Amino acid sequence: MANNHSNSPTPQLPNAEDLLKVLAQKLEPLLQENTALVGIHSGGVWLMQRLLSLLENTISKYKIEHGTLDVSFYRDDYAQRGLKTENRPSQIPFEVENKHIILIDDVFYTGRTTRAAMNELFDYGRPASISLLALVNRGGRELPIAPQIVAAEIPLDASQHLQLTKLADGSLTLELTQHNSARTQEHE
Amino acid sequence: MNNPQLDRDGNLKHLLSIEGLPKRILNQILDTAESFVGVAEREVKKVPLLRGKTVCNLFFENSTRTRTTFEIAAKRLSADVISLNVSTSSQSKGETILDTVDNLIAMHADMFVVRHAQSGAAHLIAKHVPPHIHVVNAGDGRHSHPTQGLLDVFTIRKYKPELHNLRIAIVGDVLHSRVARSEIHALTTLGVPEIRVIAPKTLLPTQVEKLGVHVFHDMEAGLKDVDVVMMLRLQNERMSGAMLPSSQEYFKTYGLTQEKLKFAKPDAIVMHPGPMNRGVEIDSNVADGKQSVILPQVTYGIAIRMAVMALLAGGLPAQQESAGGSQTGPAGDA
Repeated sequence: MANNHSNSPTPQLPNAEDLLKVLAQKLEPLLQENTALVGIHSGGVWLMQRLLSLLENTISKYKIEHGTLDVSFYRDDYAQRGLKTENRPSQIPFEVENKHIILIDDVFYTGRTTRAAMNELFDYGRPASISLLALVNRGGRELPIAPQIVAAEIPLDASQHLQLTKLADGSLTLELTQHNSARTQEHE
Repeated sequence: MNNPQLDRDGNLKHLLSIEGLPKRILNQILDTAESFVGVAEREVKKVPLLRGKTVCNLFFENSTRTRTTFEIAAKRLSADVISLNVSTSSQSKGETILDTVDNLIAMHADMFVVRHAQSGAAHLIAKHVPPHIHVVNAGDGRHSHPTQGLLDVFTIRKYKPELHNLRIAIVGDVLHSRVARSEIHALTTLGVPEIRVIAPKTLLPTQVEKLGVHVFHDMEAGLKDVDVVMMLRLQNERMSGAMLPSSQEYFKTYGLTQEKLKFAKPDAIVMHPGPMNRGVEIDSNVADGKQSVILPQVTYGIAIRMAVMALLAGGLPAQQESAGGSQTGPAGDA
């Protein structure tokens, strides 16, 4: 893997709900009239839904629209791994043209998901700008893409897999697992 | 007998018939199609999945509609598409089917969409091709037309998502229909509790009850309280023999009119695989009426064909993947 962090001991994971509040604080001043939010399935959509309610007043003040993306059709590992969709179609119910779009993802890793999401967005129209918001930047990017807004930087090994999970009560939590081989790792 | 449609890991390798597809695969195709429906509503109606792949439409028998929808589907997946009307080319010069196929493989075709008047033609090609090549049956004889069956099921699911509560009537020439059997099979697999067929005895296969359907020879009784009416095309060439007296006579008894449609539930949907014979199996008022979903069927047909091709072409063939996996360099994932 491109990154070479030597921190093998499992780091203390922050509470995802605390990070969410940090994220909301950082996001609020960036919201303006022509902004739209787009969550990337699945974690990014959960985050977006929470942010929409946390920032309800600002969202309705500027009439900020939102949508979701499932980037399966744009992934660069289709030839290796095949197509995996879970009946959660992309839904962009607004004009992308000239919007300032804030993409929302849970864990930023290689940047490949963001690349796929940007390609898909451009098939809906030409946005004025795209920025990226992520709950955690885990390090290890492989493309010249980086999130503008993050709540935490948690550098991890390639063998470690960080995932956002939604619990039965609707709250969000971060989970870290160890992989024997980096090849079997899930797309993040 | 092992299933030629699935690879060793149980993934779809060829689509030859609905028979033999487990519920899991049927749902996977339907769910994937759901995601493709939205693609057609965007400014750019294309996704890059099959970029660099070549899809060959091999039509040994004419079918403009099926060929067109497969072509559009492949193009919306960014594939390069070649449509060969083989009945008018090499075949007439005496080349065998498999020679035609081999020539196209030598030109690096990745997928074949096959339409043939003989049952089993797609199976024959699927058995012949190397493992990285996929075959989709676009209709073979009276045997099967799986994407038509799938798009019908998809349309039903779109309008009547509660498959477990449905009563569905299939009306018309079940005997010669390559779709009816596939459909009955798919609907039963997906848990539809009551399927009826309505037709004169001459247009029903013998022992049709064995498929698990209820047989009616009368529209009033057969359509009573159904949620879905699926009309089948009455092929004109069947009219000449002893099977039917005349098309007018057929229309009187089995043609779907507004009056007969009233026997079904008030919110029942009307389907037809096309091309329609207006005034033979279906009245224009019904075909163009508000219960008709005939044109949405065509639209959904593209999403279904995109889903099938996208599921087939992605991923490495099973043996290649398990053999090495070294071809993915570092950081191949994520």
